[in-house]
Amino acid sequence: MSAVSELIAPQPAPPAKATMWSPTRIAGAVLLGAWILAGIALVAWLMGAWDIAKVQTYGPKYLTGLATTLTLVGISIVLGAVLSVPLALGRMSSNRVISALAYGYVYFFRGTPLIAQLFLVYYGFGTYRNELEALGLWVFFRDAWNCALLAFTLNTAAYQAEILRGAIESVSHGQHEGAKALGLTPFQTFHRIILPQAMIVALRPYGNEIILMIKGSAIVAIVTVFDLMGETRRAYSRTFDFQTYIWAAVFYLVIVETLRNIWAKLEQRLTRHLKR
Amino acid sequence: MEPTASLGVQLYSLMSLFDPFCGPVGFLNLLPDGSLMSCGDTGWGDEVARGFFVTVTLALCTLPIGLTIGLFLSLAQQTEVRSLRMAANIYTTIFRGLPELLTIFMIYFGLQIAVREAALALGYASGFDINSFVAGVIALSLVFSAYASEVLSSAFKAIPKGQYEAGYALGLRPGKTMRLIILPQLVRIALPGLGNLWMILIKDTALISVIGLGDTLRQTGIAAKVTKEAFFFYGIACLLFLGIAMASSIVFSKIETSVRRSGVNR
Repeated sequence: MSAVSELIAPQPAPPAKATMWSPTRIAGAVLLGAWILAGIALVAWLMGAWDIAKVQTYGPKYLTGLATTLTLVGISIVLGAVLSVPLALGRMSSNRVISALAYGYVYFFRGTPLIAQLFLVYYGFGTYRNELEALGLWVFFRDAWNCALLAFTLNTAAYQAEILRGAIESVSHGQHEGAKALGLTPFQTFHRIILPQAMIVALRPYGNEIILMIKGSAIVAIVTVFDLMGETRRAYSRTFDFQTYIWAAVFYLVIVETLRNIWAKLEQRLTRHLKR
Repeated sequence: MEPTASLGVQLYSLMSLFDPFCGPVGFLNLLPDGSLMSCGDTGWGDEVARGFFVTVTLALCTLPIGLTIGLFLSLAQQTEVRSLRMAANIYTTIFRGLPELLTIFMIYFGLQIAVREAALALGYASGFDINSFVAGVIALSLVFSAYASEVLSSAFKAIPKGQYEAGYALGLRPGKTMRLIILPQLVRIALPGLGNLWMILIKDTALISVIGLGDTLRQTGIAAKVTKEAFFFYGIACLLFLGIAMASSIVFSKIETSVRRSGVNR
C-alpha cells in the first residue's frame, strides 16, 4: 500500500508578469493619448470660441430643435408601432396574397433610403397638387412636417413589423400547444403567453430602432423642418462657425448614449427572471 | 493629352460599352424618343444612369476602407490592453452615435476649413474645394467601420479559444494563426452581418447627395425639378435602390453558399 509520505514543498508565488512596452501597449497609449489630446483641444477651442451673444441667440433654438426632433420621432414611432401590428400579422398570414402584399411593403421601405422616401412624399405628392386639393388632402401634404411624419411612420412601421414578426416567431411552438392544452382562447394565448415572451426578444431591436430613427430624423432638415439638425444648419449658414456642428454632435451623442443606457437598464430589469 | 487622362477616357468608353442603361445594349434605348427616361438630350435616362454609377462606385470605394478599419477596430477591442480597447470604444461610440448626415456635414465642412487654413498657413490664397466624393468616402468609411467592428467583434467571440491554441500548437506565429485559421472562419460567421451593413451603406450613400455629389438621388432630383415630375423620378430613384438591394442579396447568397461549401460541416 502506498501512501503519500511527503508533501510537495511550498513553492514561492510565480513572479509578477512583467508589463513590457509591447507594440499593442504602445499603440494603445498613442491612440488613447490622441483621443485625449483631441478632446482637450476641442474643449479649449470651444471655450476660446465661447460667444455669449451666439449662445443667447442660438441656444434656445437648439433646444426647440431638439424638442422638434424628439416629438417627430416619438409620434412616428408610436404610429409606426400601431401600423406594424397588421403588417406583421399580414407577413405571417397563410393567405398568399396578403403575405405577399405585406412582404412587398416591408421590402420597399427597408430597401430604399429614408431620404428618398421623404423626397417621394414631400416633392412627389406635390406633383399631384390639383388632385390632392380636390380631395382636400393638400392641407396635409403642403406642410413639410406632416410629410416627414408620414414618411417616418411608414418607414418605421416596416422595420417594426419585422421586429415584431421575428419576436413572435421566436416563441417556441410548445408554448402555443401548452396554451391550447390549458383551454385558452387564441386571443388569451396571444395576449398572455406569446406577447410577453415575444416582447422580451423584441426589446433590444426596438431600442435600436428608436436610436436609428433619432439619427435618421436629421434628414428632415433638408425639407425645411427645423429640427436639431435644421437649427444647426441655419446657425451655420448665418455664422459660418464650425462649433455649431460640434454642439449638434454633442446633443445627438448625449441623447443616443442616454437612451442606450436607459434601454440597457430596462432590459436588465425586465429579464432578471431569466438570469441564473 | 496626358497619358492618365487618355487611359481614363479609354476606360470610360470601355465601361460605357457595358452600360446596361444607355450603352449599345442598354434597355433604355428601347424607350420611344420623347419619353422622360430615354437616353440622349431629350430624356433623363443617361443622367440618371450616371448618378447610379456614382452611387455604386461610392459604395464600392467605401467598402474595403471601412472593412479594413473595422477589422483593426475589432482587433483592438479584443486585446487585453485597456488603453487600446478604450481608444477603439471611443471611436465606435462617436461614429455609431452621430447621425450619418451630421458626420457627412462635419467631414465636408471640417475638411474644407482645415484645407483652407492649411493653404493660408502655407501662403496660398484660398480657392481649394473639397471633392464631395472624397468627403463622402471618408464619412461613410468612418460610419461603416464603426458598425463593422461590432459585427466582427461578435464573430470573433464565436470562435473558440481552442482554434488559437491549435494554431500555436502547430507552431504558427500569431499573425499566421490569424490569417490561416481565424479569418477564414470569421468571414463565414460575420458574412450575414456584413451583408446587412452593406445594405445600410448603399442606403447611406443617398445622403451624400446633400453635399452636392451627383449620385442617383441628386440626378433624379434635378430631373424632377426640371420636368416637374417629382413622383416619377423619385420613384425611379427608389426602384434603382431596390435593384441594388436585390442584386446584392443575390450576390450575398452566392457568396454564402460558396463559403459554406468550403467550411467544415458541423
